[in-house]
Amino acid sequence: MLAFILRRLMQSVAVLLAVGLVSFSLFRYVGDPINAMVGQDTPAVEREALRVKLGLNDPAPIQFVRFIANAAHGQFGLSYRTAEPVSRMILERLPATLELSFCAALFALLVGIPMGVYTGLYPRHWTSRLLQAVSLIGVSLPTFLIGILLILFFSVILRWLPSFGRGETVTIGWWTTNFLRWKGLEALILPSITLGLFQLTLLMRLVRSEMLEVMRTDYIKFARARGLTNRAINFGHALKNTLVPVITVTGLQLGSLIAFAIVTETVFAWPGVGQLFIQSVQFSDIPVMAAYLMLIGLFFVIINLVVDLLYFVVDPRLRGQMGRRAGAH
Amino acid sequence: MTFSLRQSLAMMALAFACVASATTVDAKTFRWANSGDVSSMDPYARQETFLLTFTANIYEGLTRRDKDLKLEPALAVKWGQTDPTHWYFDLRPNVKFSDGTPFTADDVVFSINRANGPGSNLNGNFSTMKSIKKVNDLRVEVETIVPDPLLADKWSSIGIMSKAWCEKNNAVHAADMIKNEENYATRNAMGTGPFVLKERRAGEKTVLVANPNWWDKPVHNLTEVIFTPVPNAATRVAALKAGDIDMTYEVPPADTENLKRDPNIKVLEGPETRVVYLGFDEERDELVESNIKGKNPFKDKRVREAMYRSIDIEAIKRTVMRGQSFPTALMVARGINGYTADLDKRPSLLKPEEAKKMLADAGYPDGFEVGMDCPNDRYVNDEKICQAVVSMLAKIGVKVNLRAQTRNLFFAKILRSTSDGKPNKTSFFMLGWSPATTYDVHNVFEQLLQTPDIKRKKGLYNVGGYSNPKFDELADKIEVETDKAKRDAMIHEATKIYLDDYAYIPLHQQALVWAMRKNVDLVQPADNTFPLRFVNVK
Repeated sequence: MLAFILRRLMQSVAVLLAVGLVSFSLFRYVGDPINAMVGQDTPAVEREALRVKLGLNDPAPIQFVRFIANAAHGQFGLSYRTAEPVSRMILERLPATLELSFCAALFALLVGIPMGVYTGLYPRHWTSRLLQAVSLIGVSLPTFLIGILLILFFSVILRWLPSFGRGETVTIGWWTTNFLRWKGLEALILPSITLGLFQLTLLMRLVRSEMLEVMRTDYIKFARARGLTNRAINFGHALKNTLVPVITVTGLQLGSLIAFAIVTETVFAWPGVGQLFIQSVQFSDIPVMAAYLMLIGLFFVIINLVVDLLYFVVDPRLRGQMGRRAGAH
Repeated sequence: MTFSLRQSLAMMALAFACVASATTVDAKTFRWANSGDVSSMDPYARQETFLLTFTANIYEGLTRRDKDLKLEPALAVKWGQTDPTHWYFDLRPNVKFSDGTPFTADDVVFSINRANGPGSNLNGNFSTMKSIKKVNDLRVEVETIVPDPLLADKWSSIGIMSKAWCEKNNAVHAADMIKNEENYATRNAMGTGPFVLKERRAGEKTVLVANPNWWDKPVHNLTEVIFTPVPNAATRVAALKAGDIDMTYEVPPADTENLKRDPNIKVLEGPETRVVYLGFDEERDELVESNIKGKNPFKDKRVREAMYRSIDIEAIKRTVMRGQSFPTALMVARGINGYTADLDKRPSLLKPEEAKKMLADAGYPDGFEVGMDCPNDRYVNDEKICQAVVSMLAKIGVKVNLRAQTRNLFFAKILRSTSDGKPNKTSFFMLGWSPATTYDVHNVFEQLLQTPDIKRKKGLYNVGGYSNPKFDELADKIEVETDKAKRDAMIHEATKIYLDDYAYIPLHQQALVWAMRKNVDLVQPADNTFPLRFVNVK
């Protein structure tokens, strides 16, 4: 078990280095940050001096090594746009993104799995067909359109929910939370639905097809023959056996929920890291963009690790051969 | 007089209701949004209209602009030139910073030096300054290298900070990117202005409250202002319609009509001081992008005139701009010092035959072909305007090959080199300009119309290299002339010169469009600043 985790961690470091290299080299082509930093009237001499002092004239490998060394210490320098420390800018906005992603994932799981089970058990029932049809909307409409439509309906026409922002938050240490105020919870509803809708559809369809598959297998027939209750068969035997792919997908999708919160955050003016990233792109604010990409890379790596560990919990076959086959899926 | 218990109770209830409503009437919160956040609370962090106008609610300048952009006293009550190279500013007595410390000449000297020092981006405003010194607590004196009649105008955008506060909080210099040190003033602010910073959450919201000890009598009735960046235009519009915000600073042109139909919302449209214009390469002997070899058609005034007088600006206003533009014949807008109203008349439109004849006289009976550069994300409907121009010029035999691209690539292709002043690779282009630092026509003369000369810092944005020695001479005189009547006469003369030369094709000023709830009253200055001190919420 320990060896497995260690090997996983080594791989993670390699992945992060690769992410660092990709983001670092991408940013060499987004435009000259000096132009964004100084005024129109700044003479060429001063521009050049700033370039030298920021190390922008050094060879790319040296810049990269410096970047990675600083990143390992959590040092990303000052933002070119706001002159604030990048690490603090990211930390301040992270709670907003994490809470939003968490709620979206919760929404997708709590609604998507029961829907999947239902449509899997009664595939020919008209409600199942309706759910299937409606869920197509979730995969086919782009996120920003769903967000705008929700705002139009629930904020502009019905006036039930706020159209943008985080509402009220409570600060606990460096973390700001939406969960302790009614207005904060209200503000979470529309963005969470917008962000989670695609995952919901995905989960529902996945669970449905897995359920259809499992329900045809022999051990379900035997279970029925033994006279087990429907409830025990459906949830104890059938659903449990569909869970391995569901966990994989949920895990990976949680990463994309955080990463793709960019669009939802922009639509709802949600002050998270995604919105910060978009603002930074417009200003060629390289330190912030680099830190953001590294962070997202880190999230994916951690989530993958957790998912791998969860397999052991769910799938007893893996426990017997732990370490040997792990990571070979 | 006696009252029954019931009457007394009713009266008490009434009195209570009055008190309750009085308190709610008193608290006026104004919530507004813009596409981007203010990038810093430090007033010298960036030479950028939005940052300067936002921080100006907290930090005031020595002078300020009124509703019509006229200069008026702020922290200085009187100013002037004792001789051509010396300025004095008499400061307003009994002004206090919002932390209670008195405002004196020391703060002014400190602030000007900070704004002209390392880390600041406002250095451009001090190119003529030699030194500033305190004469006494309520007077400062500025010495300039050359006579600078526009000093007080330029300095209206420099907010004055507190010396004591900056020193105490380690914010003596504006943020220093090189030392990797954050400056306290990036997130905090403390000035003499009408508002006080209460809460700053970068990227999320910024809360201001009214300064109860402000020296001026407030015109506004606000107690609290909440500013939120809302990047998505559609969300801003929805939030305004839902009443989640009271005002939005940038309205997408496509939503203007929709908002106008909403009975709870009013839309303000005014001309912006920026003039959008077309320019020619009048410098090279052969155009970079043309089928005419060995000579440059744009060097012939008749060609420029034929093209100018074939562009139907009213049609562009009607169709492309949906009425949201203000056609102009000048390179400066109304409201800028040196705007000459009597010359603001576009020459009549030519019929295609007449224009073709003019081109034939110039030696181009079959017209010619030329490339055109245009941004597609800089000005309102920029690319569509260029497309309209292309089709209008096609009628007179000038075939224009349009290249519309994003602003960074566009500017990189057309602007003159900042190191050696050489012209770039454009032949025919669109650009916009607003003399936002001085509000004076000389800025336009110096940057867009004088012969490019990198050493003298003239004509840096004269992309096409228009050059007329007579104009250059006048512009140099205007720069140092302090007698207003003489200066105005020279401005008039110089304006006539560039108009008669058809140096550029001025198109229009685009409309500034702001939208707000019906119960909000505010002033929309033409320079796109938004002073909260004029806002009233009913």
